[in-house]
Amino acid sequence: MQYFMFVATDTQPDRSGDEGIPIEQWVAENDERGTRIAGDRLRSIEDATLVRVRDGETIVTDGPFTESKEWIAGYDILDCRDLDEAIEIASRHPMARGGRIELRPFWTGDGE
Amino acid sequence: MTRARPDRAGSTDAAAGRPGAPRSEVREAVDRAYREEWTRVVATLIRATRDWDLAEDAAADAFERAAVRWASEGVPDNPGAWLTTVARNRALDVLRRRGVESDKVREWMVMDEMQGPVAPTDPGEIAAMGDEIDDRLRLVFTCAHPALPLEARVALTLRTVGGLETPEIARAFLVPEATMAQRLVRAKRKIRNAGIPYRVPEGDELRRRLDGVLAVLMLVHNEGYLASSGDRLLRLDLQEEAIRLAGLVVELMPDEPEAAGLLALLLLQHARSAARVDDAGDLVPLDEQDRSRWDAAEVARGLDVLDRPGRTDAPAGSYRLQAEIQGVHARAARPEDTDWAAIVHRYDDLLALTPSPVIRLNRAVAVGLAGHPQAALDELDALAASGALGSYHLLPAAQADLLRRVGRADAAAERYRRAIELAPTEPERRFLARRLAEVERPAGAGPEAPPEAGPEAPPEAAPEAG
Repeated sequence: MQYFMFVATDTQPDRSGDEGIPIEQWVAENDERGTRIAGDRLRSIEDATLVRVRDGETIVTDGPFTESKEWIAGYDILDCRDLDEAIEIASRHPMARGGRIELRPFWTGDGE
Repeated sequence: MTRARPDRAGSTDAAAGRPGAPRSEVREAVDRAYREEWTRVVATLIRATRDWDLAEDAAADAFERAAVRWASEGVPDNPGAWLTTVARNRALDVLRRRGVESDKVREWMVMDEMQGPVAPTDPGEIAAMGDEIDDRLRLVFTCAHPALPLEARVALTLRTVGGLETPEIARAFLVPEATMAQRLVRAKRKIRNAGIPYRVPEGDELRRRLDGVLAVLMLVHNEGYLASSGDRLLRLDLQEEAIRLAGLVVELMPDEPEAAGLLALLLLQHARSAARVDDAGDLVPLDEQDRSRWDAAEVARGLDVLDRPGRTDAPAGSYRLQAEIQGVHARAARPEDTDWAAIVHRYDDLLALTPSPVIRLNRAVAVGLAGHPQAALDELDALAASGALGSYHLLPAAQADLLRRVGRADAAAERYRRAIELAPTEPERRFLARRLAEVERPAGAGPEAPPEAGPEAPPEAAPEAG
């Protein structure tokens, strides 16, 4: 099963002082385990561009983006046995503590 | 102790209507097999096909066939094996018609030739049967997976583990049948699409996920214990269902003290069902209940589960402590024999586990009944001042009861009126109105009310259930 893992900020991060593992270790672990296919941080919304086509015309703007205090800060593509493995991997990501993580299965895969 | 389940598809009626069919015996055998074997049949088929709808349909089909075939051929020695084989063959037919040529189908076809619908005799096959226990446990954990919405976990557990029909579940939860059907469809779709595994979790994860399983069963029970609104106070089906499912979990995980604690709690609560509501449908508080109407066999079973030596390497969990509180009540022959100090002690332990305002409330009531009404009133005042219980009707109800005991009738009446405003069900409002009328009566106009425990609060829901 492949999962697209959105790494997002959260207005209520963990404040327990438990820092978990550094991101470099997380990446190294999963690259070695073969569970991380790709991933990167994303630049902020200030550097984002919006593209729409309406009535045959391409409209390019710098917004508006959904007003949100939580934004996507990065992504990873996971290849896991099942959701439980993906959850275990996501829970070790430092942003599971500092923010939040959304696991979305790819449309094509074991499901329908 | 539980009533016989009604037959599911009406098919046993059809079979029983045939000339010469031994109606009652066959019907009883099918009903019993449904209770005892449904979970195993479905769980096995889900593992083999990974298709929940197919597994359910094939299992239902097998039970329908059983009703007909057992009437003409007699009940097989091993109904479970018969049903599993018939259901498997049915699933195979469907898969072949769909053109599925998976390894699994081929594997089954080989198995088909090797074994008929008879009890296994060779060691390998018996071992394989033993492995099916894991299938039922896999099913229980998958249905309660935290990635599913809580209400879907409850519905799926009742449907797939419990074998209830969708309309039954819809009625029990007072939602339209289409809503319940949609909930089940979405849950099964998510299991497939999100890759929710059909597996029993391991290590630390097991304890956490078991809590989730038990929380689902507690929710099923609570839904049956007290309707959140409306006139029907007791819905016995769901409570019995919760007991049956908790019994299954204990059977599958005998070393888990919290599973046993939940089962004991559910049994001891349910044992009082007949005494809890009078003929007019009104609530009877614990200390006014006719204890001879408690189900003695169920009480005994609950106490037996409670007394069973379990693992003692961990302090008692929340379900265990709640069950012990019910055990104290169950062991008291008369209300005045209740060891309230022991109950306060359990509430202390519960509070240490979960600092919940509902537990504080229940502890204060126990403190009052242990002979310290003023201390209890002070604690309830503090609780009210904290605002933590908001509009929870049992807080003013408990205050009213204690005020009545210390002879402050006017203050008690004011609190009863507040409780009536907040009470969510009609039977509870009627009960509180009766109490109000008693304290409003001029002194000496009636016999002194016996000491009472106040209306029974539903047991503290598990953390996830809130």
